[in-house]
Amino acid sequence: MAEAVIQVQNLTKTYGPRVAIDRLNFQAHKGEILGFLGPNGAGKTTTMRILTAYMPPTAGQARIAGFDVVDESLEVRKRVGYLPERVPLYDDLSVLDYLLFMGKLRGVPDVDARAWEVLERVGLAERADSFVASLSKGMRQRLGLAQAILHQPEVLILDEPTIGLDPTQVVEVRDLIREIGSEHTVLLSTHILAEAQQLCDRVLIINQGRIVAEDSPRNLQARLQGGQRIFVAVRGEVGQPLLQKLRSLEGVRLVETPAPDRLEIIAAEGQEVRPQIARTVLESGHDLLEIRLAEMTLEEIFLQLVGDNAPAAKGAAEAPHTEEA
Amino acid sequence: MHTTWIIARREFGRYFATPAAYAVAFLFLLVLGILFYANIEASAMRSFMMPGYAPGVEIIINPMTTLLVFIVPVLTMRLLAEEQRSGTIELLLTAPVRDAAIVVGKWLGSFLFVAVLILLTLLYPLALNQLVQPGIDWGQVASGFTGLLLMAAALTALGTAISALFSNQIAAAIASLAVFLALWLIGYPASAGGGASSVWQYLDFSSHFFNTLARGIFDTRDIIYYLSVTALGLFLGTVILEMRRWR
Repeated sequence: MAEAVIQVQNLTKTYGPRVAIDRLNFQAHKGEILGFLGPNGAGKTTTMRILTAYMPPTAGQARIAGFDVVDESLEVRKRVGYLPERVPLYDDLSVLDYLLFMGKLRGVPDVDARAWEVLERVGLAERADSFVASLSKGMRQRLGLAQAILHQPEVLILDEPTIGLDPTQVVEVRDLIREIGSEHTVLLSTHILAEAQQLCDRVLIINQGRIVAEDSPRNLQARLQGGQRIFVAVRGEVGQPLLQKLRSLEGVRLVETPAPDRLEIIAAEGQEVRPQIARTVLESGHDLLEIRLAEMTLEEIFLQLVGDNAPAAKGAAEAPHTEEA
Repeated sequence: MHTTWIIARREFGRYFATPAAYAVAFLFLLVLGILFYANIEASAMRSFMMPGYAPGVEIIINPMTTLLVFIVPVLTMRLLAEEQRSGTIELLLTAPVRDAAIVVGKWLGSFLFVAVLILLTLLYPLALNQLVQPGIDWGQVASGFTGLLLMAAALTALGTAISALFSNQIAAAIASLAVFLALWLIGYPASAGGGASSVWQYLDFSSHFFNTLARGIFDTRDIIYYLSVTALGLFLGTVILEMRRWR
């Protein structure tokens, strides 16, 4: 594989006695969307600020497209597009003027045409003359994203890009990121696990300044889940005879009834037991309403990895339910 | 440098987009107008008693120096403090722009605005020229206004540096005013005598103006003094911005 676009080695940042990130190591390649997942205060923003050359690390090294973030910071800054968590906008400018200012500052060639192109892409073209101060939160977020992609950076670093957006906008922004991710390298942080699952080729789970897991969302699931978990719904109550039969099936490890008409079955690792379950249910005279494989969500993986040592993790894992609702 | 100029233009334009800057400009010109009127009236009385007396251009230049000390903090307080408060500093510091270019650009924008204010007041010498016989000393106007511009450059540079220290505009304004007043008054204890008096007197902000430039005398030492203070302010501003990164 070609040389990694983002290379991080033993990256450490301390604020006085507090260790924000502790010897991080990771890489990202061209065309990859890398998710940075962790509770608030885990060190995501700190890492991103170092990668964008906003501040230097205390120890360790980071290179973007082969350039060191400290020694060759101007080169790094030319190649990185950054959307900080607090979207940095100038309220006194119009949407277009804001992009033109940023474009000129970054030396974008043919800045007028490019600004319009980007505005079209984030769906703000008809608001080009509005003052930034009059934009809704979702529009501000999209303008922030427009600013980040304006100079066609090799690396796009997005700190919580969908925070505060309504569901339609979340979908739009995600589509946009996916589109950009096919050409560029994207590093995005989120504490919305479903987002990482949908968007990212690979996720890094970070907690208390350390990487606790790194893999594709699918592999992470497979690694931590063990056997299949199957949900079954039937009409009417599940009788004892059916339970007995199911328990005696080969490859079934555990059968539980979370509700009178529901079954939750855990299979042994590597076993496909759904056909037998379906047959058994029907043979015992029940109507089968639903049978479905319950994949372990990243939420569960996350909780398992982060464990009890991080009270913030709970809040972070719960957040999607409210924000995605 | 190109990026410096982009930032300067943006900063200069911003003054015309904010009511606060207009208010400051209005106040500056209003107070100056009132003082001009009062001085003309006083001079008329005086010339009545002392035939041949005519006021010089110092009745315009001298009050302007005091006004600068008070309006510059209000005009420079926002420069970097606001970027830090709103988080847009992240945008500037992650753009391919040197820290020095940010500071110099910010300073240049504010200096140009103050320079426009100062140059607007050239109307007063023109008016005064009509009122007195045999006209005013245009050499004094040239040196006086050069001095005012130099002074404005130095004060805005210091104001820019102080603004980099804060993320609260009001705190930046008050700190700037305190520093300006200290520089302004540093010569007074020195004039009372004492061993180190010449050093203090050299550092004194106002004596470099009132003893020479305001009287129509161009002295390289004064010009160098104001240019050095300007350079020092810009250097300190850059260092402060860089230190922000390392914190």
